[in-house]
This record gives sequence, structure tokens and C-alpha cells, in this order.
Amino acid sequence: MDPNALILARLQFAFTISFHIIFPAFSIGLSAYVATLLVLWRRTGKDHFHRLARFWTKIFAVSFAMGVVSGIPLSYEFGTNWARFSEVTGNVIGPLIGYEVLTAFFLEATFLGVMLFGWQRVAPWLHVTAAILVALGTAISGFWILSANSWMHTPDGYVLHDGIAYPVEWSRVIFNPSFPYRFAHMMTAAYLTTSVVVLAAGARYLIRGEFETEGRTMMRMGIGMLAILGPLQLLLGDQHGLNTLQYQPAKIAAIEAHWDDDGPADLVLFALPDELAEKNRVAITVPHLGSLILTHSWDGRFAGLKDFPRDQRPPVTSIFFAFRVMVAIGVTLIAIGLVGVVLWWRKKLFTTKWYLHIVARAWWLGFVAILAGWLTTESGRQPYIAYGILRTDQALSPVSSATIATSLTLFVLVYCVVFSIGIYYIHRLIWNGPKGEAVRPTALPEGLPNRPLSVADKPTRESRGQDPYSLGQSSHEPEQSPSSGGSKPSGAGPSSGSGPFGTGPSEQEPRS
Amino acid sequence: MTPTDLTGAAYWFPVICAAIIGLAVAMYVVLDGFDLGVGILFPYFPEEVQRDQTMNSVAAFWDGNETWLVLGGTGLLVAFPFAYAVIMPALYVPLVLMLLALVFRGVAFEFRWVAKPFHRKWDIAFAAGSTVATFCQGLMLGGLLSGIQVDGNHFGGGAFDWFNPFSLMCGIGLVIGYAFLGACWLIMKTAEGVEQIARRLARPLCVAFLIFIAIVSLWTPLEFDRIAARWFSVPNMYYLAPIPLITVALAISCWRGIGGKHPSLAFSSAVGLFVVAFIGLVISTMLYLVPPTITLWQAAASPKAQGFILAGMVVMVPIILGYTVFVYRTFRGKIRPGEGYH
Repeated sequence: MDPNALILARLQFAFTISFHIIFPAFSIGLSAYVATLLVLWRRTGKDHFHRLARFWTKIFAVSFAMGVVSGIPLSYEFGTNWARFSEVTGNVIGPLIGYEVLTAFFLEATFLGVMLFGWQRVAPWLHVTAAILVALGTAISGFWILSANSWMHTPDGYVLHDGIAYPVEWSRVIFNPSFPYRFAHMMTAAYLTTSVVVLAAGARYLIRGEFETEGRTMMRMGIGMLAILGPLQLLLGDQHGLNTLQYQPAKIAAIEAHWDDDGPADLVLFALPDELAEKNRVAITVPHLGSLILTHSWDGRFAGLKDFPRDQRPPVTSIFFAFRVMVAIGVTLIAIGLVGVVLWWRKKLFTTKWYLHIVARAWWLGFVAILAGWLTTESGRQPYIAYGILRTDQALSPVSSATIATSLTLFVLVYCVVFSIGIYYIHRLIWNGPKGEAVRPTALPEGLPNRPLSVADKPTRESRGQDPYSLGQSSHEPEQSPSSGGSKPSGAGPSSGSGPFGTGPSEQEPRS
Repeated sequence: MTPTDLTGAAYWFPVICAAIIGLAVAMYVVLDGFDLGVGILFPYFPEEVQRDQTMNSVAAFWDGNETWLVLGGTGLLVAFPFAYAVIMPALYVPLVLMLLALVFRGVAFEFRWVAKPFHRKWDIAFAAGSTVATFCQGLMLGGLLSGIQVDGNHFGGGAFDWFNPFSLMCGIGLVIGYAFLGACWLIMKTAEGVEQIARRLARPLCVAFLIFIAIVSLWTPLEFDRIAARWFSVPNMYYLAPIPLITVALAISCWRGIGGKHPSLAFSSAVGLFVVAFIGLVISTMLYLVPPTITLWQAAASPKAQGFILAGMVVMVPIILGYTVFVYRTFRGKIRPGEGYH
């Protein structure tokens, strides 16, 4: 096999999946957040929940679109670059991915249409249900894909005939040993990541002195999530580590830069692992702490890297550092959550400037932690693509390195351009904030046939004096220029551009 | 060609799996066909209001539509991993180009609104992405029909084996076909100026698409003996005779629909034309997954794997079809200027 092809194919997969995971990780949390906001709004009738739901729905739509289009290439990459992997493991993990499509992708993609466009078209309960189904779809999707991924780490419930894996017991394939831990760890990470973004956005509005009701709600909800999920994630990560030690001891040895199993293990806080010399240069260590963490006993022992032949060891340096980045961020998030709770308790949360400024800049932490965590676990599986079954260098397609290099270049170019712009747009939407929404029912364009207006209009006739299910043409850009009149309802009066909550035209809008 | 030594699950599971994957591909071609077609026709709508309207007419559906492509791809991986492992490397280049083009047109659905009033680049991305993705799908269809070189169990050809006059013709033909489907969709789903333009575009596109069908119907039996044998042998000829007749009938009803009052006649007839054309292609290649070497049974996953995914498909596909119908019903009727969620 062409060694260049191997390196290029690995780079391509690492690149495409790293770009991809950012968006689903955000969408999983955000869809649940939007569904929660919609439920709260339906139950309390408070306007700011409605404005927040609409605001985050727009951001969710942009993020979700990027998740979809960056995800489709992955389902084909197994074949284009990793055909041998598909042959060897297709019987076992293929159906798991198939179930993801059947039970999750269609659910979220179809009801996304209702969630985005159904504000006016369907009954309120149905719209909320659609949002919940989208959130459920993203979680089910996580269930299957993490099951498939976990099987590659800790394969179970299969037999090998002529090098091909065949399923024996599906319950053991799906609930393979590392799956419950990985699933819990990743879903919590996704919800944490979104919580930090929501928290950071809320803090920004409070610093700017705008959208204060919404900003406070965002901060309270974000801190609540952080305070609960942060410590929970620490516990889950610990349990996941113990599971990894049991099934993939070489990965743990690399994470800990633990070369020799010659007594109770130190915890290596920082080191420069030297893979050729098989030792750490400049190490800062804490005696016995490594044993305590990984075996939960003071004198526990676990395998060192030298217990594995060189060709069975994962790369040490990248795993060692990626893991530390993840843990450092995790600890930071716990600290942010706990400090936030204390400030909240002392009723200083919204006035403590230094805290607001720190959390306003913290939005990216979850994303980096997720990428670092995945780098740790996936590199830690090397040199195998399916642990103990198929080595990565045996899994390639019969394609030339030139083909892979060309496609890799194109992926890098397209992704960097398209997704950078997308992230910029999300940033701009957040900057603009949850602006005024409401369009009066009378402002609706005429001639929308077959719409269950009788259902959708009813609550709007109530005392609120506005239409909570408005189509939201004006919400997008109340300050739109005359040339973009296309997003204005044809039957709308001139005042419909900004409702009771309209913020007026041309306001601190950083146009591209 | 049909294996005689297989019985029970080993014989039937691959057949049922292939039928369901065929359904997924047909659903994809028809559903994403019209929304790609709307993208191809985007430049023909000069005003921004009209473009908003055309995009909004598919915006609630495109994501669900594109999921059928994922089901087709993963379905092949799940049920026929050996065919998947041969076809994907063989069609590498058009496949990657198609995926990249889908990135541009997919994000354009959201980016275009966020970017306003500086959205021109996303107009271009939407139109170009839709056109390139469709053209690449045609190349892949042509490449697959032309045959793939297999050595042992692996793809044995080069990166550009799929490139030939036939696949180029399929690429152009599919762009015309999707544009035709998109025009008929717009006749049904839009009003006023957009509808007028769509009606003007639909006639020539209909003629061009019928010519394309005719060329494929003549070219494939002339070029590939296996296809000639399939269609022009007795008694197959008599069984298959209705297919061209149905095509003519659908073409006439579509032609009437384009000029007529009934809003959905043109679109439903166009869908019918696509379905019949698809059935024709299935008949031409039936029981081969990788023409002309690998059959359904040779490429099949183990019965245990196929049985597991079949159980899921039998339960889930009707549910998926159910809520797909529900969403299309929810958003039925014509889209007026200004309707959308943005």
C-alpha cells in the first residue's frame, strides 16, 4: 500500500470529521435548548422565551445546515478512501449507521422544516412537538454513531471468518463495552458546549446593556447547566477512563505518558514524551496520583507503554497533550459554573464585571475540548482502525495518492471558505441579538391557502396584542434595505417591519 | 445469473434490500431532483423577490430530500458492502465533486438570508452548486451503466474510467431533467411572475428531457449487448412494450399541465416520467449491482446483517414516508412572495 495514500486518507478523514463534529455538537445542544425555550414559552406565555426561541432557531438552522452538508461526505468517505474497512466491518457497523439514517436523520431533517417554517402553518402544540422531535433526532443520531464508533474501539458480539467480521449478537454489538461511557461523555459534552455559548452570548448582551431580560435568562440557564453538567462530566470522564484502561490499556499508557509499570504510578502533569528514547523529558509529576486516578487505589498498578511492542503503540505526544487540553478546559468550565452559582447566590451575577468579561470570551471552550477529546480517543486506537481486527494501514481503498491528495485539497479549500463564512454569520447573528419579532396577524400576506389559520390565530387574538407565531419576515432584518423587500409580506402595512419589540432601523449592524 | 444454490434468507434478503435501496434512490431522484432543479433554474429569475420565492418553495423540504441520498449510500454500505467498496473508489472523482457542490448549495439555503443584502455570492453558490451536483450525478449514472472494472473483489480501474461520451451525455441529460422537474414544481408551488417564467421554461425543457430519454433508450442497447438482450428478446419485448407507451402518455399529460389550469398536473406527470425512466434503467441493469460483473448475491452482506437492517427498514421506511407526506401536506399550496421564516 502506498504510504502517502495512507497519510493523505487519514488527514482527509481527520479534517472532514473535525470540521463536521463542531456543528452536530452545537446542534445537539441547541436543538434541546430551543425545544426547552418553546416549552417554557408555551407554559408561561412570557415573550422573552419566544424571542429567545426564535433567535436561537435561526442560529440552529445555520449550524444544522453546515452539519448536514459536512456530514454527507463522511458517509461516502468510508467507501472512497476506506473500502477495505467497509468490507471488513460493513456487516457489523453498517447496520448501526443504517439505523442512524432510518431513526434519526429523516426525523430531524423532516421536522426541521416544520420547526423553521411551521410557526404559522401548524398548531402551536405541533410546532413545539416538531422542535422536540428534532432535538430527539439529534440525540438518537448520537446514539447510533457513537455505538458504531465505540465498536471500533471495543468490538464485541462478532466473529471473524477469513478476516471479515460477522455479527453474532446485536445487543452486544450495539451496547459494546465502551459505548455507554462514550455516549454519556459525548452527549454531556455537546450540552455543555452549547451551554457555554449561550452563557457567553448572555454575558455579552449584559456588558453591552442590551437585551437584558434575554441576557439574564441565557446566563441563568447556561450557569445552571454548567453547574450540573460540569461536575457530572468529570465523573463520567473518570468512569470512561477506567473502562478504557480495561479494554485499551495502551491508550491509557499514552495518555499518561506512562512508560514503565515499575511500581505505583505517578501522575504526569506535564512532560515532553520522547517516543524514540521511550521516556519523558522534563516531567512534572505527582507521586501515586496516577494510580489513585486510574485504579482508585494508592498503590495500584497499570500497564506502561513498554509493555506493548512498538508496532502496537499509539502515538504518545499528540495524545498526551490533547488529553491535557481537554481536562484543562473541563476544569475551567467547572470553575466557571461554580463561581457563577456563588455569584448568583449572592445576587451579583449580572453586575460582576470581571466575571461577565471572562465568560463572554469563553464561548469556544467546549468546541476545543470536544476536538481534543476526539483526537485523544481516536489516536489512542491506533495503529488499529477497528481495535484488534483491522490495522489502519490495511484499510485503504485501491485509489492512488494523487486522487486522495486532490480531493483533500478541495475539501480543505471548500470547508475553510464555506464554514469560516458560516461561523462568521453565526457570530453576526449572535451579535445582532434577539431583536423584536412580532408581526400582527393582519400583516400576514393574503392568499396563503390551506393554512390552519383558525388554530394559529386564536391565541393571537388574546390580550397579548401580537402574533407569537408570526412568519417572522421582519424578525430577520427589521432594518432591511428597500431593495430586499422580498422578505417582507406583500400585504403588510408599512409599520409591520418592526413590531412592538422592533429596535428601529440601522442599529450597530456590522455589515459585511 | 440467478443463483440456483441459494434458498430462503440468503436468496430473498438481497432482493428485498435491493428493492428498498432502489426505492431510496428513486425517492432521492424525484425529491432532490426538483429542489436541485429549482437551483439550476435560479439564474432565470432576475428579481430578488422571485428568487426568494423559488428558494422558499423548497426550503422546508430540501433537507429531508437529501437524506434519501444518505440512505442510498449507507444502504449500499449496510446491505452490499462489497459493491459499496467497488463503486465508491470507481466513481471517486464525480462523487467528491458532487459532495462539494452539495456543500455550496446546501449552506446557501441559510447563508443567503443571513448575508442579505450582500447575498449575490450565495445566489451563485446555490445555482452553480445545484448544477454541478446534478451533472456529477449524471456522470456517476453514466459511469455505472458503462461498467466498472473489477479485479478479484476490488475496483481494478483508474480514476477517470467513468469519463466517456455516454457519461457526459448522462450528465447533461440529468441537468435538463432536474431543471424540467424543478420548473414543473414551481408551476405548482408558486404564483404570479415566478409561475409565468416557470411555465415558459417548462416546455423546451420537457422536449429536451424526452429527447434525452430517447437517446439513452437507443444508445444503451446499441452499446451494451446485455441491455439489448434484456429488452429485445422474446418474450421480454411484449412485457416491456407498455413502458414506452406510458412514457408517451405521461409526456402528453405533462404538456397539457404546463399550459393548463390544474396546478399539480405538470409536476405529477413529470414525476411519473422520472419514475418510468428509473424503472427502465432498473430493468436494464437488474440483478447486477456493479455491471457487468457483481450481482446482488455476490455483493450481499451476511444474512444476519441484512436481516437486522431489513427489520429496521420494514418498520421505519413506512413511518418516514408517513411523516414525509405529512410535511408536504402541511406546506401544500402556493408560496406567495414574502413567505418564509427568515
